[in-house]
Amino acid sequence: MPENNSIHASEYALKRLNKRHMRERRFKMAGLGAIFVAVFALIWLMSSILGSGYKAFYTHSMTMDIELTESLLDPQKLREPDKLRKGNFRLIIQNSLYARFPDVTDRKARRELFDIVSSSGAPNLIRQMVYQNPDLVGQTLTIKVPTSDHVDQLLKGNIDRNVKEERRKVSDRQIAWVDELIASGEIKAGFNTCFFFCADSQDAELAGIMGAFIGSLMTLFITALIAIPIGIGAAIWLDEFAPRNKLVDFIEININNLAAVPSIIFGVLGLAIFINFFGMPRSAPIVGGLVLGLRALPTVIIATRATLMAVPQSIRDGALSVGASHIQAVFHHKLPQAGPGILTGSIIAMAQALGETAPLLMVGMVAYLTEIPDGVTDPATVLPVQIFIWAGNAERAWIEKTSAAIILLLLVLFLINGFAIWLRNKLEKRW
Amino acid sequence: MKKMYLTGATALTLILTGCGGGDKPDSKNSEAGKPAPVAAEQTEIRIVGSSTVYPFSTKVAQEYKNKTGQNVVVESTGSGGGHKLFCEGKGPSTPDITNSSRRQKKSEFDLCGEKGVSDIIEVKIGFDGIVLANALDATPLNLTSKQIFQAFAKQVPMSDSDCTLQDNPYKTWADIDTSLPATTIEAYGPPPTSGTRDAFVEIAMEGGAKQFACLADLRNADKNSFKDVSHTIREDGKWIDSGENDNAIVGTLVNTPSALGIFGFSFLDQNADQIKGANVDDIEPTFENIAAGDYAISRSLFFYIKKDHVATKQGIQDFALEFTSEESWGPGGYLEEIGLVSLPDAERASYRAAVENLTGYHQ
Repeated sequence: MPENNSIHASEYALKRLNKRHMRERRFKMAGLGAIFVAVFALIWLMSSILGSGYKAFYTHSMTMDIELTESLLDPQKLREPDKLRKGNFRLIIQNSLYARFPDVTDRKARRELFDIVSSSGAPNLIRQMVYQNPDLVGQTLTIKVPTSDHVDQLLKGNIDRNVKEERRKVSDRQIAWVDELIASGEIKAGFNTCFFFCADSQDAELAGIMGAFIGSLMTLFITALIAIPIGIGAAIWLDEFAPRNKLVDFIEININNLAAVPSIIFGVLGLAIFINFFGMPRSAPIVGGLVLGLRALPTVIIATRATLMAVPQSIRDGALSVGASHIQAVFHHKLPQAGPGILTGSIIAMAQALGETAPLLMVGMVAYLTEIPDGVTDPATVLPVQIFIWAGNAERAWIEKTSAAIILLLLVLFLINGFAIWLRNKLEKRW
Repeated sequence: MKKMYLTGATALTLILTGCGGGDKPDSKNSEAGKPAPVAAEQTEIRIVGSSTVYPFSTKVAQEYKNKTGQNVVVESTGSGGGHKLFCEGKGPSTPDITNSSRRQKKSEFDLCGEKGVSDIIEVKIGFDGIVLANALDATPLNLTSKQIFQAFAKQVPMSDSDCTLQDNPYKTWADIDTSLPATTIEAYGPPPTSGTRDAFVEIAMEGGAKQFACLADLRNADKNSFKDVSHTIREDGKWIDSGENDNAIVGTLVNTPSALGIFGFSFLDQNADQIKGANVDDIEPTFENIAAGDYAISRSLFFYIKKDHVATKQGIQDFALEFTSEESWGPGGYLEEIGLVSLPDAERASYRAAVENLTGYHQ
């Protein structure tokens, strides 16, 4: 028998104590493991996106001497912009390339040679220049044109030179030409401004994110216009002015449920109501914004109610006791106290709406557009949908474009959420 | 309420045009900065339909926009969805053109007629092959359509003569034919909503089922039960529905040498350094073989124009003319660069004429 005969030190009790400590250690380990897995997954995700995405931020272009032959573009010397725009600018670019490589005469080889520059982008660059300034016809210009996405991918190391020739998109001849042009400094790498400032394109080397970015801004603007005032209004009424009865309870329960409804349902609703019933245009930010507004509404209401409820009852009571009306007590005293919380809640609801894709597919915002939208009734698309569209394209170059677009979307979301956190810390009141 | 939206819309337009104005002239490729031609009222051309035709349609849209400044909106809704939207009626809220990776069905044509869309111009634009591809370093496959049916059908006959159906027993390719590799059957294929899937079951699976004499008899006797047998894909996890045009599948194939991917030819064309196509009936899926019609699993691609809209909206015919120009869909044209297999010369000429004269078609 041990001398200490306290029941807390008995053999049985010590065993149990040990067991409890073990359990605690196991729990801590499990928690640590969970964090480790989460952080690992996040790092893996980010590094794989960054790893393939950063390459989209630079691109290669080729400096060319381009002769705008009058006999080809404007034989009648009319200089009419609309006629000039329809001219065969492919031929102009092809002629310049043939002049640069006079030894290449074979038909197939010439086609491969033309494939070094962007077959759509290079002619169009000249086309738009001539359209805006018809007097350029007849002159010889030295300008930078984008290379084709194959050449760009080759130079970025995404196309393996050691693969058999027939299995890669770039032929041995093309590699030789590209190496020559690199050595002479005609092909150079540079910052990819087009990725940030161009609209979408079917050619990877010309595609930009601007159209989708503007579309997202316009959609969010409409969303904010709908969700924030209505959401805050509804929350104030429910919190302060609503009578306590079955109907109001029913509404409250439904608002909470609505926040958990899959977002695609809102898309179907938008299609049925805004497009089919009200006859609003398909693919337009106004419809997308309305749908996302409905989607964000419950989130805003719930966040607003939570902050309103957190304001101590004494503040409202104090106002009422010195003779303020109910409205005054709410709007002069309670609402300003809840302001920061409402603001953060609304910003986070907007950030959620920014990342939403499914409901927008239903209202036709998954469209290919040739220009940056000018207004909320113009067809548009948004960032997440743009990512979805790009991910489905066949060419290799789209992989990095998709990743780069994801980086941008994450960055925007990060900034929005960061702003919300900063605002909350700055304005938060403690009681 | 409505007034508020409108005010919001106007305010936003002002803000955007105000901000955007500054940087437009120096962004070289931006068409938005050019002097807007003040011709007749130009509204955008609206196109819906097949995701397979989508890349070709958007490419033409881009060229057309560059040449004329008119905006074209292309939406990928799938062939069936496209026909439904297209046939909803006439008027500005309905699409002008629908793309389709198969011919318009009789039922769809009739639906169009009921809604007053009776004048439709059909344009066939080219061919697309459906390939069964695996990783470059995996064993090359040489399949017959009969073997494709045996590998992917939910139920297969007991033997060539005995038509009693049994649940698909084949686990590996060697189970079907000893000349095939002993790797597990595993395929990433298009989901049931996709036109690629429709074409795959109609061409490859039906074609394979017909090779069983008894199923061929069944086809003559009872078309519907034959369709049930040949169109039902196995559901035991050997066939995995995945996105139909997805770069991710290419990655999966590279990492899983035993897996097959089923998708459009353009994906194989673009990723020939990582994957290779299986021969079907001894024919390799190449550009030339699809164009010549030798490769079995290929289909035609179409678009349909609503004739009534041609008169009311400027540019629809011009867009179709751009699409059907030699520079675009001819051999060596810009659509060939992105994987369209051109029509023979005579067919191109006849569809071109249909667009020029706006000749409607009948089922």
